[in-house]
Amino acid sequence: MNQEAESGLKILIADDSNSDRILLKAIVQNQGHQPLLAADGLEAVALFQQEKPDIILLDALMPNMDGFDTARFVKANSGDDFVPIIFLTSLNEADSLARCLEAGGDDFLTKPYNSVILKAKINAFWRMLKMHVTLQAQRDQIAENNMRLINEQEVAKRTFDKIAHEGALHLSNIQYQMSPLAVFNGDVLLAALRPNGNLCVLLGDFTGHGLAAAIGAMPLSQTFYSMVAKGFTVKDVVYELNLKLKDILPVGVFCCATMIDVDFSGKSLEIWCGGMPENYFYEAETGQKKAIASQHLALGILSAEKFKATTHIQMMQNGDRFFMWSDGIIEAENAAGEMYGESRLEQVFIDNGDAVDLFADVNTSVANFIGATEPSDDISIAEIMMVDHIEKHDSPHKAVKNAAMAAMDWCYSYEIRPQTIRNSDPMPILQKVLMDIPGLRPRSGELFTVLSELYANALEHGVLKLDSSMKKTPQGFTDFYQQRAVRLEELNEGFIRFDLDYRGDDQQGELLMRVTDSGDGFDFASHRQKSSDKNCYSGRGLHLISSICKSVSYIGVGNQVEVVFDWHNVPNEDVN
Amino acid sequence: MTDQIIDEAALAELRSIMGDDFQLLVDTFVNDSEQRIVALQEAVDTADAELLRTSAHSFKGSSLNISAGRLTALCKDLEDRGRESRLDGAAEVLAGVRVAFDDIKAYFAA
Repeated sequence: MNQEAESGLKILIADDSNSDRILLKAIVQNQGHQPLLAADGLEAVALFQQEKPDIILLDALMPNMDGFDTARFVKANSGDDFVPIIFLTSLNEADSLARCLEAGGDDFLTKPYNSVILKAKINAFWRMLKMHVTLQAQRDQIAENNMRLINEQEVAKRTFDKIAHEGALHLSNIQYQMSPLAVFNGDVLLAALRPNGNLCVLLGDFTGHGLAAAIGAMPLSQTFYSMVAKGFTVKDVVYELNLKLKDILPVGVFCCATMIDVDFSGKSLEIWCGGMPENYFYEAETGQKKAIASQHLALGILSAEKFKATTHIQMMQNGDRFFMWSDGIIEAENAAGEMYGESRLEQVFIDNGDAVDLFADVNTSVANFIGATEPSDDISIAEIMMVDHIEKHDSPHKAVKNAAMAAMDWCYSYEIRPQTIRNSDPMPILQKVLMDIPGLRPRSGELFTVLSELYANALEHGVLKLDSSMKKTPQGFTDFYQQRAVRLEELNEGFIRFDLDYRGDDQQGELLMRVTDSGDGFDFASHRQKSSDKNCYSGRGLHLISSICKSVSYIGVGNQVEVVFDWHNVPNEDVN
Repeated sequence: MTDQIIDEAALAELRSIMGDDFQLLVDTFVNDSEQRIVALQEAVDTADAELLRTSAHSFKGSSLNISAGRLTALCKDLEDRGRESRLDGAAEVLAGVRVAFDDIKAYFAA
């Protein structure tokens, strides 16, 4: 619309009769509007394009271009604008009214012209025009807002994806399926390797979905990746995640989560589960599955004092599979409003013929059940299988050019005592010290496997005096970890000391690591003879350590072990 | 529609709408009408039914607006004849149109 009420409307009058035209002009002017005059259709079209009138009064029969063609042109060239056309007719022309409407006419004015009637019609269209303009403005505003929202979401999504990246999810022993409801996913699945080579996987399900849910996933991912890379344990990570989420999430928003740590060399699985549906553990040997229920509340609910980071530890042989899912799968609804439910999920495991197909079977079963129904919540499923070893995945650390700047000749001693042993893990601190040596970085996995083994031995057998032979049976394995937790809780004396001694240059280096514990030591001479059994997971990992280190030696009564780890700058190291 | 030369009440309305331009309206009407009568005469002479219909239609419309009842009725008669190609007798009706138009001119000239 061209004007506000005060200045009236632009009204195009197209009539070939001069006297009729000046009469209409007078009526329109008297009502405060601005008339535009055309004597035929061609003039009318030209004025329409130049002046963009608000309303057109159009005679049907005109020379050169008649009113019907003029009306069609106007309607075809108004775009989104509404340009009302009032046809000017004589009485008794009912037969031609239909043609006027067909051509796009919105109303009629019959001769003799009546100024009161014309005023009423103009005012009626004026109201419609205002409404149309308002609607258009609102529509444009909504479209613009929506566009901005989508742009913002896409920008945010790029940041989000960098933080909540897939990590180690591409490993061949992991299968997963995530179905995001919006641009953002309320479910988050993260995987990373600890420096000792263990695989940590976390599946989180935030209250709600979409952007609101995804916001919490950012600190969650960041904390997870940073802590796992530093070597923190499941307990440390979930404790920290709970603290962080409790701090930042509004009341009523929390994160159900399952976090696992897969120890490929020790063949065990550590699980922390809070608020998630039962996870399934599938045992390859028996073909049986057992449910592992959540023992905790979701992350972000309890205060640090009340939060329990206790985990479940489980033997896991090659081919065993662990399944984790969010409640989206249990609560997935079909068209009839029924829920998929735990029994259907269980039936998939009963019906399954080949464990290799389990993951696909679960997905197919859920997809078939919900059919064409739009899922009402995010559905996420992940399967992690125990394998012999995992393919080396992380790009080798780029050799640092200024290696000469790195620490080259030093020793470091770190002793932890009961309170620290109970509450924290020395690995991240040691890692920080050791990773200052560029030459060691490409071999950090091996190095931390060794260090973790030495620490586990010192803690479990030295300080806690647990008998490794307990772990030979599944029951004993469980007992072992129960005992471990009890003794750790009661620990009030003892120590573990790490002495690191490093000498090197930019081409090679040698690291001596001595781990001393306050325990009674052990008969390392006789142990060496029977540790040739590779499948024995209670062998203190000595076989593994010997294969990595240049030398391994026990000192004194066996409460002190010294290993030498060396590195050389191999030409074409990139072939890694 | 009445058969009178001019509708006085309607004309009073026109005067109030047109104000100072009333005379312009009358002059324009008279001028246009003379041209239309020439066109109508040509349509009758050449037996052009379409020209008769369209000229009579326009003339009818402006006569209606000026509230010239008798002239309007005669134009409508000619328009119908043109649409139906009944040209016999059209010359007599056109003669009636001339008389009615002269009456209007006389009315305005008074």
